Amino acid sequence: MAYTEQEVLAGLAEIVAEETGLPTDAVALEKSFTDDLDIDSLSMMTIVTHAEDKFGVRIPDDEVKNLTTVGDAVSFITGAQA
Amino acid sequence: MSAATEVVVTGLGATTPLGGDVPSTWAAALAGESGARTLENDWAERYEIPVTFAATIKVDPAEVLARPEIKRMDPSTQYAIIAAREAWADAGSPEVDGDRLGTVVSSGIGGIWTTLDGWDTLRERGARRMLPMTVPMLMPNSPTAYVSLELGARAGAHALVSACASGAEAIGYGVDMIRAGRADVVVAGGTEATIHPMPIAAFAASRTLSLRNDDPQGASRPYDVDRDGFVIGEGSGVVVLESAEHAAARGARVYARLAGVGLSSDAYHITSPDPDGRGQVAAMRRALEEAGVTGRDVVHVNAHATSTKVGDLTETRSIRSLLGDDADHVLLSATKSMTGHLLGGAGALESIFTIKAVSERLAPPTINVANPDPELQVPLVRDTPAELPSGDVVAINNSFGFGGHNVALAVASV
Repeated sequence: MAYTEQEVLAGLAEIVAEETGLPTDAVALEKSFTDDLDIDSLSMMTIVTHAEDKFGVRIPDDEVKNLTTVGDAVSFITGAQA
Repeated sequence: MSAATEVVVTGLGATTPLGGDVPSTWAAALAGESGARTLENDWAERYEIPVTFAATIKVDPAEVLARPEIKRMDPSTQYAIIAAREAWADAGSPEVDGDRLGTVVSSGIGGIWTTLDGWDTLRERGARRMLPMTVPMLMPNSPTAYVSLELGARAGAHALVSACASGAEAIGYGVDMIRAGRADVVVAGGTEATIHPMPIAAFAASRTLSLRNDDPQGASRPYDVDRDGFVIGEGSGVVVLESAEHAAARGARVYARLAGVGLSSDAYHITSPDPDGRGQVAAMRRALEEAGVTGRDVVHVNAHATSTKVGDLTETRSIRSLLGDDADHVLLSATKSMTGHLLGGAGALESIFTIKAVSERLAPPTINVANPDPELQVPLVRDTPAELPSGDVVAINNSFGFGGHNVALAVASV
């Protein structure tokens, strides 16, 4: 069963909160991972690893550089579900 | 070393099987408590490990650290960060130029939980599931690196490795950094987190662990005739070292002087100490020489004494051989009877005990010595703390490690 965009956002917010210590409501669609959430490349890859696990999708390394905002990641994950 | 820079201790921090900080750990040690307990897991059954207990850390780091810190640090680094924060605050969070501040925080074994978790992940779930932070978490310099990041220490972040002598060697290297003029303040110590089934099974395989499963608290019994091996422990100890000049300029409270560092290597056997104690004697002699004192000044020794048949006696023979009749007035404490063996953390925690003993004039007890070994050659503090004399006194902390590493630190009163 596919996750809705809302569910992906909520799940991703939990992963980001766990990694960074930020509150989940700080992880909004328009936020930039690097500029707003201060996430470095290693943390970003950690988040990607957890997100792949949680949502059962594959996020190729080439794709990660295109995921500038939380919304980009939510769209990609939602679309990538089988 | 003539006119050597004097190095003093101005801050102490720890998290141990006896307590989550130095005051609680020291109080428990003076009260003769044991930090050993039965492990609440299925390792023994599942893997047929013959040892079912350990001296686990008293306060869970999750109660002290933020969640993201727990996630990105191996337990060995978590313990070191907790100890370093306490030590730094205890020193009054000194104002110091980052270029003059160093860290030396060692681990004997490194981030073994992370290493083994990573291997489990790879085998069970494949490379895509490997966490990107795995390498910076498992590397043995991770504790010292994180402490340097936290404090902005840029004079050098080091991690000397010498098995169970690592924590003491780190403090010795910190003293050297200050004496060499490379730093004014150094945060130094050791840490270990190896209460995982693999290292326990490995130490059990080497027949060095106590098998007293029915009495964990009575298992670590250095110098007792019925001792049967060490009790594996975990935790960290960290001290703030400072040039006496720097400490005086800021009016810092000083616990003691770290007056002498003695290092040697046995070059005898990979695990057994040289039975002649030549390397141990050399380390202690060098520490006293550097401190500019004689055997007559030594009132207390915190023994390495892990509760093994051979090691405990070799050390007391070495003390007797070096000090001769002066050993009659040395009060010997074997605090691993209470803390278990913190491996890379041991030399640092026992340095803290030695510093506290000198500053409070109280030698901590050695518990579980029902029948002292008749070959014990130095007066042993048993069951309750013993008072140390007033006036100028010196104590030695001995730490020895697999590989033949010998470290003796001479701590002098102020």
